[in-house]
Amino acid sequence: MPTLRRLLYDARIRDIFWQVTILAALIGLTVFFVRNASQNMVNAGIASGFDFLWRTSGIDVPFVLTGYQPSGNIWSLFWAGVANTLFVSLIAMALATLLGFVVGLARLSPHWLLSAVAGAYVEFVRNIPLLFFVLFWYFGVIAALPAPRDSISVFSAFFLNNRGLTVPAASDGGPFGWALAAIVLSALLHWLVARRAAARKASTGQDTPILAIGLVLLGLVPVLALVFAARATAWDIPQAGRFNLRGGFVVIPEFVALLAALVTYTAGFVAEIVRGGISAVPKGQREAASSLGLKPGQILRFVVIPQAMRVMIPPMTSQYLNVLKNSSFGAAIAYPDLVSLFMGSALNNTGQAIEIIAMTLAVYLFFGLIVSALMNWYNARIALVTR
Amino acid sequence: MSVSQAAGSGAVALWRRRLFSTPLQSAITVLLMAFTVWALAPLVRWALVNATWVGETRSDCAPGGACWVFVKARFGQFMYGFYPPGERWRPNVLGLAALAGIAPLFFLEGQARLRLGLAALAILPPLGIWLLGGGFGLAPIETRQWGGLMLTLFIAVYAGLIAVPLGILLALGRQSRLPLIRTLCVVFIEFWRGVPIIAVIFLASLLLPLIMPANVSVDRLTRAVVGLGLVIAAYMAEAVRGGLQALPKGQAEAAAALGLGYWRMTGLIILPQALRISLPAMTNEFIALIKNTTLVLVVSILDLLGIAQSSFADPAWVGMNMEAYLFSGSIYWLICFGLSRWSRSLEAGGPKGH
Repeated sequence: MPTLRRLLYDARIRDIFWQVTILAALIGLTVFFVRNASQNMVNAGIASGFDFLWRTSGIDVPFVLTGYQPSGNIWSLFWAGVANTLFVSLIAMALATLLGFVVGLARLSPHWLLSAVAGAYVEFVRNIPLLFFVLFWYFGVIAALPAPRDSISVFSAFFLNNRGLTVPAASDGGPFGWALAAIVLSALLHWLVARRAAARKASTGQDTPILAIGLVLLGLVPVLALVFAARATAWDIPQAGRFNLRGGFVVIPEFVALLAALVTYTAGFVAEIVRGGISAVPKGQREAASSLGLKPGQILRFVVIPQAMRVMIPPMTSQYLNVLKNSSFGAAIAYPDLVSLFMGSALNNTGQAIEIIAMTLAVYLFFGLIVSALMNWYNARIALVTR
Repeated sequence: MSVSQAAGSGAVALWRRRLFSTPLQSAITVLLMAFTVWALAPLVRWALVNATWVGETRSDCAPGGACWVFVKARFGQFMYGFYPPGERWRPNVLGLAALAGIAPLFFLEGQARLRLGLAALAILPPLGIWLLGGGFGLAPIETRQWGGLMLTLFIAVYAGLIAVPLGILLALGRQSRLPLIRTLCVVFIEFWRGVPIIAVIFLASLLLPLIMPANVSVDRLTRAVVGLGLVIAAYMAEAVRGGLQALPKGQAEAAAALGLGYWRMTGLIILPQALRISLPAMTNEFIALIKNTTLVLVVSILDLLGIAQSSFADPAWVGMNMEAYLFSGSIYWLICFGLSRWSRSLEAGGPKGH
């Protein structure tokens, strides 16, 4: 049967055969799992569906940024968890970037000891589990802080103790809204001026005092705006009482521990990325720039950093996503993030495992896709244009 | 640095050049040294100088120093968890067997190395489960009693045994010319890479029993190992992909021209070269796996860190947090640092040319 033989060895037919087989196996497996799951849920008396979201949650959350109340429904609990996750992640990203840049640059420093200390920090931090840091900060450091009545006070306004960090609270956010608007406006203005200055330099060769303008618009204006806003607001400043502190906003110890752990740990990885990015710029680039007469600041700004950024962006993206995902380590010390509130407390109360797990994972996948898309867009913008 | 200053010789001149060649450098040096002494001196005083090394109970420990008696007294737990003391020879035998099977791989070459490697891979994993879990002549020991460093290594190795083959298959699937397989692999990889590992461990411990038939019960430890294995497989796949992409296309074309089919081409030509390139990246993923085994704490499995954490509850040893952390942290650090050095030496050695 030569025709059958030919069909048997035809690459296209084989391809189709294998794909159909795998698809069938996959569908069979899924059906098997779904049937088991529905049977098990019937046995356990759990109804599937998303109706549980409108039930009263009754779960007390110690750290709320949204308007969540225990009398609210589970849907609002979900959002309280999302807000807490984003809050700690964003602050950790900013601080870890800052610390990571400092350590990474220190590692590149020609100063032997500075570079060695930075290197020791990186090797120390990168080879220890993050959960270790989380537990260490929580049970080792913060638990060892003094009790509230012996708080460590900074300027008599910030109080650190084993119940967390008490900070002055603004009783009214209005003035800060105005200050923020002023800062954004001023930054926008600076961007426009800088563009005009660059165009002018390109067409006429004339300089604009852009540094002075930048200092005013990006430095003086924001500082003044914040000072005015702080003066215009009524502050609730914590007072040291006999046994406890009164007033102020209490940042819970779980938050402080998780943030400290995320920042110290991630900074080690950021430092390596910074070091790798900057050492990836060939030495010839610097030498060529300086032989063209560029000043050191200009070399850094126009030659080294743009090229280093190109190398640093992809790994930095995955570090930022790691911070977002790693903020779930707070579940180990009961920081009320999405995983601990929703996948922990809400799931325990309702038993809706599949729905709750799907929603939780969807949040992380959603933010992951957004950050990746943003970074891809930025990466394409700064990518090397070759002719 | 000027030439005259650099002209000195000998160790003193070298250090002088490194630390005190300009006023600014000297200032930084002094500042950093002061900082280091300020930060490390109390630690050294606590951990070494004022520490108590000999004794039996908490009352033997001097205040103001570390109480290493605590670590000595609970050493068995740190290593084996609540594994029955009379049966602790079993993990020890397993460790020796693993060492005997794996160490020669570093010295042998060629065919002998391949054969021994495959034999170790076929014998050691089932042997490990038998020795630790019991049955067939050994007293059965429930996984609830496993713990400590032994459990950390067990989870890392067995999750790795899932992750490496699955990761290789996923990486190959991602390069496949069959659109369905390619899509499935991409979705699988991106899904597991996009979700937090702690959520995966929760997920595995909640969903695995749910999707299995009612009469099948999945062991708690198995769930955690499977969950970790699936996530790390996705990361492994990306590490292997790097190696596959680094391979010149001519290799596959030459193999096809010699008449090799897909599996023989992949097994004999592509993978041996690609895996050698990806080995450092795969080792880094394995380090990440070891660090992530600590997360089984959230489903109350007591690995090394979990044992350290649970020792805080012992009324006979109150206030030993720092000792427990320092001891367990050093073990993690030694393992991960050693592996990362090995990975770096592989990278420096580079792939062997042909």
